[in-house]
Amino acid sequence: MDSVIVTKNVSKVYGTKNSVFKALDNINLSIGAGESLAITGKSGSGKSTLMHLLALLDEPTQGSIIINNQDSHKLTVKNRDLLRNQNFGFVFQQFFLNAQETVIDNVILPLKIAGISASKRRKMAIEVLKSVDLKDKIKSKVINLSGGQKQRVCIARALINNPKIIFADEPTGNLDSNTGQIIEDLLFKLNREKNITLIIVTHDDDLAKKCDRTVRMKDGQLIKEVKNK
Amino acid sequence: MKFHDLIGMANSSLWRNKLRTFLTILAIFIGSTTLSLTSGIGSGLKSYLQNQLGNLGTSNSMVITANVKKTTINSSSALTPYNPNQKNIVLSRGGGPSESIVALTSKDITKISKIPNIVSVQPIYNIAPDFIATTSNPNKKFKFSISQAFGTPALDIAAGRNVINTNNTPEITIPESYTSSLGFSTYNAAVNQMVNIGISNSLGQQTVVEAKIVGVQQKNLIGSTLSYGNNKLTSILESISAVGEPVSQLNNYISLSAIFNPNLTTNQINALKKALLNEGYKGLTIKDQENTIFTVINAVTGVLIFFAIITLVAASFGIINTLFMSVQERTREIGIMKALGLSKAKIFMLFSFEALLIGFWGSLIGIFFANGLGNIINSILSKGLLKDFPGLNLLSFPIKTSLIIVVSIMVIAFIAGTLPARRASNKDPIEALRYE
Repeated sequence: MDSVIVTKNVSKVYGTKNSVFKALDNINLSIGAGESLAITGKSGSGKSTLMHLLALLDEPTQGSIIINNQDSHKLTVKNRDLLRNQNFGFVFQQFFLNAQETVIDNVILPLKIAGISASKRRKMAIEVLKSVDLKDKIKSKVINLSGGQKQRVCIARALINNPKIIFADEPTGNLDSNTGQIIEDLLFKLNREKNITLIIVTHDDDLAKKCDRTVRMKDGQLIKEVKNK
Repeated sequence: MKFHDLIGMANSSLWRNKLRTFLTILAIFIGSTTLSLTSGIGSGLKSYLQNQLGNLGTSNSMVITANVKKTTINSSSALTPYNPNQKNIVLSRGGGPSESIVALTSKDITKISKIPNIVSVQPIYNIAPDFIATTSNPNKKFKFSISQAFGTPALDIAAGRNVINTNNTPEITIPESYTSSLGFSTYNAAVNQMVNIGISNSLGQQTVVEAKIVGVQQKNLIGSTLSYGNNKLTSILESISAVGEPVSQLNNYISLSAIFNPNLTTNQINALKKALLNEGYKGLTIKDQENTIFTVINAVTGVLIFFAIITLVAASFGIINTLFMSVQERTREIGIMKALGLSKAKIFMLFSFEALLIGFWGSLIGIFFANGLGNIINSILSKGLLKDFPGLNLLSFPIKTSLIIVVSIMVIAFIAGTLPARRASNKDPIEALRYE
């Protein structure tokens, strides 16, 4: 299996000389294309920091991150923005949707950023909202949706640019177990059918077990790796 | 992100908090209205005066006097050496002490005529006619004043036409206010009628000259009671009044009027003035005389505009405040947009456009409001306070000025917006997306 993301001796340090905090300590991880990976650990273990580094939202203090056989450190800011825009999708526990705007306006944001024309955006949005079963909510304002519906809008937004990798930060954290189940099913279905690499940060062990592989973190270090399948 | 998408996005987020945006625009609107009104008064007065100053002569005419070294209270010597070849003439100042200045003679006229680009030179006469009367009612005489028309006169005409200097018959235009006294029922009735003009020479003998009324001048600010005669008429009057003058006073003039090549550029006109100066003359064009008056108007409106700009600066702090609040509220939105690949520059533009839109709407509404208000003020004033100044619109709003106002307010708004926009563009997406 080809690796989409490889980290080599990645460390992340916050603070200056006197009060150094090591958020990540020598992380070596290889994530295969189409794999589903769960990063687990208690809060403060560094799992979110790791995800931010993998998603190129932040840069490591030491070590390198290789994405599609390219050292991310060598990418220009513009290329890094482009890579995130075209290859990554994000799903957050807090949704981060624009509550005052309509479902479709939220979903097309990545396409808008990419500079795709309005008519094409609309077509793609309808397609993707169909796949998350929200076609009838297209003109609704996000503020009027339930939690599960909001998370599906989030997934639609993450999917619309046909990403290779979806980063999900506690995707079911704000949902009741039933709707959480629906979201999980949706994410794994995408992973299976579209071969999208799934990187999930969670402290829900049940969700972690459904992934191909689980890595556990503590104090900025990878302490355990389990292959679930 | 495409340009129009950025503007659309800026616009929709601007109106997400309607009241706040409205209040910020209101502040800009007040500044813009003030600015529009003050500059409106300036351009209203200027365009009126420009119109009126057309009466001083054509734009390619120049008043020439001898260049005398000005002595001031600080000059070491107030006296200049006597030159037996120069004659002096008395220049009287209304109410003030009289001053004798160097007189210009026919010698000067020939000398000036030879300067390149000077088309013609003509003395400015001091004609004081005795009376005017119509030929049909020659005993009903009125006291009046007449002035020379130089070059191609361009007075506002109510009926008929301006006098033509090259015509070889005596022609005159009279102001509106003469017509009823002279017994004309309408302005048009006066056109092509003949008048008698009485003038006395230095020996007290009166001669009557006939002239044709070719036009009736519209009422105006400058010289509203002056009639204008063409070259033929005024030179006849001058030659009559000169009879009996002492030889020493004959053909001495305070100033001359020169017509220069109308195609000269400003630089060429300045060169011409310099050439005159080298010969010992001072030339003053209509433009120069206009500028003297405009300098005063500009100074007054400049001060008013300065105050308007202060209100705009105050309003721009409103923009800064509004956008800082907006950046604060939309921290997460900025975070997600950055995470989804929107560049720093585009985030900066997004917020800058919001500032520009506030400036645009504020200034546009302000200008429209000022226009409406100006029209109301103009119509009230033209019936009341400014009744005696027909054609004066106190406020005028040329499109060019309005455009300048919109653009400059948008520039101010943009500058105000840079601070919050910079803060937005510098937001760290991770900080923005943290939610613990």
